[in-house]
Amino acid sequence: MKELICITCPMGCHLSIDSDERGELKVTGNRCIRGEQYAREEVLNPKRVVTYTCEALFPEDFSLAAGSELVHRVPVRTTNAFPKERIPELIATLRTLNIRIPVARGDMVIKDALGTGIDVIVTRTIALE
Amino acid sequence: MKQLIFDAVVIGGGAAGMAAALELDSRGNSVLILDREESLGGILMQCIHNGFGLIEFDEELTGPEFAQRFEEKLQTRNIQVLLKTMVLDIREENDHKVIYAVSPKQGMMRIEARAIVLAMGCRERNRGNIRIPGTRPAGIYTAGLAQRLVNIEGYIPGKDVVIIGSGDIGLIMARRMSWSGCKVHAVIEILPYPSGLTRNIVQCLNDFGIPLYLSHLVTNIYGKDRVEGIEVTPIEAGALMSEKAFRIECDTVLLSVGLVPENELSRNAGIEIQPSTNGPWVDSMLMTTMPGVFACGNVLHVHDLVDYVVEEARRAGANASAWLSGYRPEREIRVKTGSNIRYIMPMRVNPERENRLYMRALVVKNDARLDVRLDGTVVRSRKHAHVQPSEMLSLTLKPEELATAGRDSTLEIALL
Repeated sequence: MKELICITCPMGCHLSIDSDERGELKVTGNRCIRGEQYAREEVLNPKRVVTYTCEALFPEDFSLAAGSELVHRVPVRTTNAFPKERIPELIATLRTLNIRIPVARGDMVIKDALGTGIDVIVTRTIALE
Repeated sequence: MKQLIFDAVVIGGGAAGMAAALELDSRGNSVLILDREESLGGILMQCIHNGFGLIEFDEELTGPEFAQRFEEKLQTRNIQVLLKTMVLDIREENDHKVIYAVSPKQGMMRIEARAIVLAMGCRERNRGNIRIPGTRPAGIYTAGLAQRLVNIEGYIPGKDVVIIGSGDIGLIMARRMSWSGCKVHAVIEILPYPSGLTRNIVQCLNDFGIPLYLSHLVTNIYGKDRVEGIEVTPIEAGALMSEKAFRIECDTVLLSVGLVPENELSRNAGIEIQPSTNGPWVDSMLMTTMPGVFACGNVLHVHDLVDYVVEEARRAGANASAWLSGYRPEREIRVKTGSNIRYIMPMRVNPERENRLYMRALVVKNDARLDVRLDGTVVRSRKHAHVQPSEMLSLTLKPEELATAGRDSTLEIALL
């Protein structure tokens, strides 16, 4: 049996998920149908949107002016919710990823991340002065 | 000294400031936005996580994406923006208002405005505000500062982390620090229920197996140069159980213990501040006690969702514009907090118009009822399956519902 808190709405129903002899999932504790859908998704195929910031790489011929406070990290996100068990792998990739600026919101930095069909995109336009 | 003149000046270029400025501009006013940061967007720029915009844009965006959509709209209008500009003073001179501000590029500026919209946002409560005993080593940060360090500057503030308070920024940082390779050992909450949203408890703590200690108090911080650990004491039936105190080793402490509207400017200008919100007192037009000065967003009261901030800010912008064109409410009704309600915003309603109200519950409650009474008579009753202090309640009252109001009427809202 698995215990979950439903996050579909602020009620926060405490859900219990059991499987019967045939392996069918049985959800209890939900006060609406969305709770059951959430529980199934969360047990069978949990997913999360991943957001992160990667190191910004300045162009080689660009010299930072003294006292300049330009952004040093580029925020990114997955275009869809990403399979939860593969998030550590994705994070490892993002940790070593450098992004050449300038960039525009929506620019793709990883296509089809780890073969999931989900891309990683930039979430903030960063221009050079 | 550089001199500028505008119909309206908006102080703060975050979500509230941008939304108010857009509204003022679309109603034909000349508008200037002042912000002390290098970019517009305010705190949204460091909130790189998703969950913003479900109401405003009907999709889930990250903070920077939400802010940039507003910034892009601003760029299509004739709205002036001055960044790296710090407002020092607001004054009333004759029938107009004067703002003194300073920036590295322009030096001192004197800006005349017929109306001002305050949109300075809020600030985090810190260790001094909650008086945690112990030594004063390095390694203690507010959660929002740590968020800025990690997401904008690119520094990791420590390796072994304990978070004090279960506010949303602390929860978001628990996940962010975990993804950055840190170990988050615990979240300690003094109250018997979490102060953050349930979805953040699930996705930021449960996903990472981070324990949440409810009804626990941090009673000591250890360490000479750097934090070495904290002492945690359980609370049972309102009493500290000293004999059950335990120690958690850590090198970093993040504080997520609430937000306070940032009203130094307002206070200095002589604007009245409400103790229940720490924001300005406002009437049905969101106008402060200084005529022509309006307030919206987190400087007025701390909101749970940015979507509500922009809704309120648009209203403040529209009201400021109406005020500039000479509109004044004929009469206003006093709004009173009933049982289980911490505050209601604004503190006056206009019986001739539609009134949108925001409020906070004092309690966690299932199957609750929100009753609105005008001079003791129920004019609206609404059921709520669940209420909690961390989630704002909202209500729109129609003029018909206030039709019987007299000059000395009182509107009371209670949660039963």
